[in-house]
Amino acid sequence: MLEVNVLNKTFGDQQILGSCRLRLQAGERLSILGPSGIGKSTLLRIIAGLDADYAGDVSRPEGIAYMFQGPNLLDWRNCYQNLLIFHPHASQKDAQTALEQVGLGDKGVSYPRQLSLGQQRRLALARTFLSQTDLVLLDEPFTSLDPKLKGEMLELTRNLLNQSGAALVHVTHDAVEVDILGSQAVEMCGNPATLHYQVADE
Amino acid sequence: MRNEHLIRLVSLGVFLLFWAGLAMFMADPQVLPSPFVVAKKMAELWAGGDLQLHLIDTSIRIIWAFSLAMTLGGLLGYLMGRYPLLNAWLDPWLIIFLNLPALVLIVLCYLWIGLNETAAILAVTLNKLPLVMTLIREGARSASSELRDLAQVFKLSPLHKFRHIILPELLPHLVAAARAGLSVIWKIVLVVEFLGRSTGIGRQIHTQFSIFNVTGVLAYALSFVVLILLIEFCIMQPLERYASRWRQDA
Repeated sequence: MLEVNVLNKTFGDQQILGSCRLRLQAGERLSILGPSGIGKSTLLRIIAGLDADYAGDVSRPEGIAYMFQGPNLLDWRNCYQNLLIFHPHASQKDAQTALEQVGLGDKGVSYPRQLSLGQQRRLALARTFLSQTDLVLLDEPFTSLDPKLKGEMLELTRNLLNQSGAALVHVTHDAVEVDILGSQAVEMCGNPATLHYQVADE
Repeated sequence: MRNEHLIRLVSLGVFLLFWAGLAMFMADPQVLPSPFVVAKKMAELWAGGDLQLHLIDTSIRIIWAFSLAMTLGGLLGYLMGRYPLLNAWLDPWLIIFLNLPALVLIVLCYLWIGLNETAAILAVTLNKLPLVMTLIREGARSASSELRDLAQVFKLSPLHKFRHIILPELLPHLVAAARAGLSVIWKIVLVVEFLGRSTGIGRQIHTQFSIFNVTGVLAYALSFVVLILLIEFCIMQPLERYASRWRQDA
């Protein structure tokens, strides 16, 4: 379903990524662990198709959803619009259901600035899971949260993943997240960073 | 809020009182006519139909220059903010035009193109263009790259991306450019008319100046100020409120 074969990625003269190979089956969950700045987010951007400037090739599924560190909402659009603009085929009813799933059922016409930080994160989560996607990419979206909110968000993410059946590639430096999301962990290490992962029985 | 409106009205009243008092103290209507004399002159000009004619001519020039400068400046400014290479090419030009005195541009336009409407509108446009470009460029530079990434991952159509991400992000900057630009335009358009047109408020001020008629100068100038205030209150302020309506916090 997802096949990544990155040979090398540089920023200017500096090589960030060496050989990074991973293969993911439908519905499989993978967490990439490693210290800050090692190149995890760079690899995730390559997987998402946001960075095409690398040596190697990536075969990715059609439907991808991405969640950044910040909620990245459209402050000038209300919650419904924040969902529907990114999912033009979904109906208002779908959007309402998605909002209810993350506990924002009564916030449809509110603007993001009228929501608390936790609510904004949940709206971003609803946006990630609104349409049926094959692959969800999470770029440390829980990093700067306090432990309680982080726990809630992780639980919610796991439930939404269970419902959607999407595969997951998740980048973090916190091993606790791996347990809650129920994903396989793989360490990114070295300089330039390398990574190898594929299902054991292949 | 209501209190603030009241203060503004009282402040305006104090200004008029001060003017009336000063006119009374100087007691020379040739040098400083009282507000009542000026108002009477404005009413006379309006009744004769002259004032409307010149106001319309000046307004048409403003609308042309404003539309051209906003469209062209918005487009160029946005592209400069997004593409550093284009910015490197155009930035020196921008600096030259930003620092070229308005009068030089006006005179050159008239000399090169002739004393016609095209030269007049071009001169005003060129004076405003660099300001719009600078403001919109800043807007494009401060736009979020993550929102653009999001649009790419979720495969938003170019039209959707423009409508829901690029335009709303630029809107506060566009409104700021429109306001700043308008204040530049309405000052320059009068100079342009003063120097080389046969109609418009600027031309009338020239005529009144040449016969040393202070009442006439003030009557035409104040009518124009009233027009600008109407644009400010009826168009610019509602537009600004609309552009920032989502900024209210929880």
